[in-house]
Amino acid sequence: MNPKDILKVEGVSLSFGGTTVLDRVDFDVQTGEIRAIIGPNGAGKTSMLNCISGFYRPQQGRLLFEGEHDLTGAKRVAQLGIARTFQNIGLYTYLSALDNLMAARHIHMRQNMVASALYWGFARKEEARHRAVVEELIDFLEIQHIRKMMVGALPYGLRKRVELGRALALEPKLLLLDEPMAGMNTEEKEDMARFILDIHIRRGVTIILVEHDMTLVMDIADRIVVLDFGTKIADGRPEEIGRDPEVIRAYLGQAS
Amino acid sequence: MAMLRPAGDFDRSYEQDMALLRQPWHYWLLGIGLLAAFTLPLWGDAYLVATANQIAYTVIAVQGLNILTGYTGQISLSQAAFMLVGGYASALLVIHAGLSFFIALPLAALAAGAIGLIFGLASLRVKGFYLAFATLAAQFIIPWLSRHTFKEYLGGTNGAIEVPLPQLGGVNFGEVSNYFYISLFVLLITTILMFNISRTRLGRAFVSVRDNDLAAELLGVNLFTYKLRAFFIAAMLAGVAGAIKAHSQRGVGTEFGYSLNESIIFLGMLVIGGLGTNLGPFLGVAFIILMEDFSDLLGGVLAAAFPELADQLLTSFRPIFFGVALMLFLIYEPRGLAHRWQLVRAGWRLRPFAR
Ligand SMILES: Nc1ncnc2c1ncn2[C@@H]1O[C@H](COP(=O)(O)OP(=O)(O)OP(=O)(O)O)[C@@H](O)[C@H]1O
Ligand SMILES: [Mg+2]
Repeated sequence: MNPKDILKVEGVSLSFGGTTVLDRVDFDVQTGEIRAIIGPNGAGKTSMLNCISGFYRPQQGRLLFEGEHDLTGAKRVAQLGIARTFQNIGLYTYLSALDNLMAARHIHMRQNMVASALYWGFARKEEARHRAVVEELIDFLEIQHIRKMMVGALPYGLRKRVELGRALALEPKLLLLDEPMAGMNTEEKEDMARFILDIHIRRGVTIILVEHDMTLVMDIADRIVVLDFGTKIADGRPEEIGRDPEVIRAYLGQAS
Repeated sequence: MAMLRPAGDFDRSYEQDMALLRQPWHYWLLGIGLLAAFTLPLWGDAYLVATANQIAYTVIAVQGLNILTGYTGQISLSQAAFMLVGGYASALLVIHAGLSFFIALPLAALAAGAIGLIFGLASLRVKGFYLAFATLAAQFIIPWLSRHTFKEYLGGTNGAIEVPLPQLGGVNFGEVSNYFYISLFVLLITTILMFNISRTRLGRAFVSVRDNDLAAELLGVNLFTYKLRAFFIAAMLAGVAGAIKAHSQRGVGTEFGYSLNESIIFLGMLVIGGLGTNLGPFLGVAFIILMEDFSDLLGGVLAAAFPELADQLLTSFRPIFFGVALMLFLIYEPRGLAHRWQLVRAGWRLRPFAR
């Protein structure tokens, strides 16, 4: 086992009823890298993230986090330092952007039920302290102007950005991003790419990025896993992936 | 729109930004509201004070339901049953343990909360539609137990026991104008607790369970224990409301209501007032109780005019008006009166630029 591996996926197989969604997938993620997972529609990318975040329990294989925690069916991934965003946005619709981020501070806060209800000394100070952490993220993501707006009323691109903020508010070691740029225009995509790179470089967060936009992935990923119909068909640096015949076939096959 | 604030309104600290009362007019509104409520027995007649008293303890029960159904998104059809628990608990503690009502009240809340926990443990394993049915269990079992067990304490099939008045100094709480202050004071406390819960860790966890339970779980919120907490708080507030009601009516038991019908009306009040808002319980409860009084008034007038139909006329307007009001709200203002109020307020804030 490589000590630099933050995550090791070993022979993961997942099926629903008769359909195999993931078939003996292996890969590793090194601390501090941006690891992309790409593949045509229905390749099993989201299912892979669901396995890592403990939401799906693969029938076979292991998911080892930091060499010691098995994530297979794990319930407390937040406590381990894993956060994610969802392909179709999983925000708390009726809360403000600010409260969505504050809600992600849950595991870092200590106040109990009684303290919350009384809002005396400790709870009040704790709220203010975490508010400061969240405001720093709000500044970073440039969403000051919408902090008190209900997220359900925000345009799509901003909601994606708030969701990224919520994941960051957990202070994860490993961040899973499921198509963070899907459905965005070029300008929004560039903003999002900039945020992802900033998170990676300045905050030192390891990132697993699922994304459709090939050119973008080639630009920002350190290494890429390619899935097709639930099997891994390639794994390597962007320039290797770009000229891999299997990958070209999978993508051309989809386009034709 | 919610973010628009008058120019020149800046906060110097996060605590200041998180405060509830931030504008001069907030203080004015609160002051005038409190003044009106506390002087009500001086300028209102007995009927008005009695209605206000009923509104006050009903709001407490609906605030509890609001935590469970409004904030946490878990529907419940058993709030009235937990009021019954609180009413009996407080009455028995005063009668048999010789406690003061003011000590029995918080204990009754804990008793109702504890019974709530037991039913919560059983019913919160299912979701949505099934949960509504699971909570029916409490609404059937608790009133049944009150009629068929411990008959010498609970009144048996009479469905009623006598409840003594609270004793404090020489005040005669037999006068509703005095009793009203008990209800009002407790309501003030529960309201402060509601506002605190909704702006802190607990309230955010509740709403995250409601808005996206999958995301909430991935962010470290334990779904089951938070639903259980909500169930506990809801039952506790029902217990408080039940105790206040029991001592105010000087009797408790199934003869005094506490039926499924009431549990459903509580839900209706919450929907009409606005689920998941702190203003909602006040608006919804006042709306329905005033409408009920109006229904009775109308029924009485018509019954006098058509004596041969008196029986039907006297009883039919309440359910009809309730049903129609609920339907109209669900269609035209599903977010309740509280949302309407927010729109009005937002409109004022934008003046003179609105429209
Ligand atoms: N809960 C489930 N039950 C049954 N089938 C599922 C389930 N989740 C995923 N699948 C199936 O697994 C396959 C892979 O789905 P997945 O969402 O992981 O693909 P993806 O690579 O994320 O695709 P896309 O690019 O469209 O997001 C699909 O055929 C999908 O229908
Ligand atoms: Mg997907």
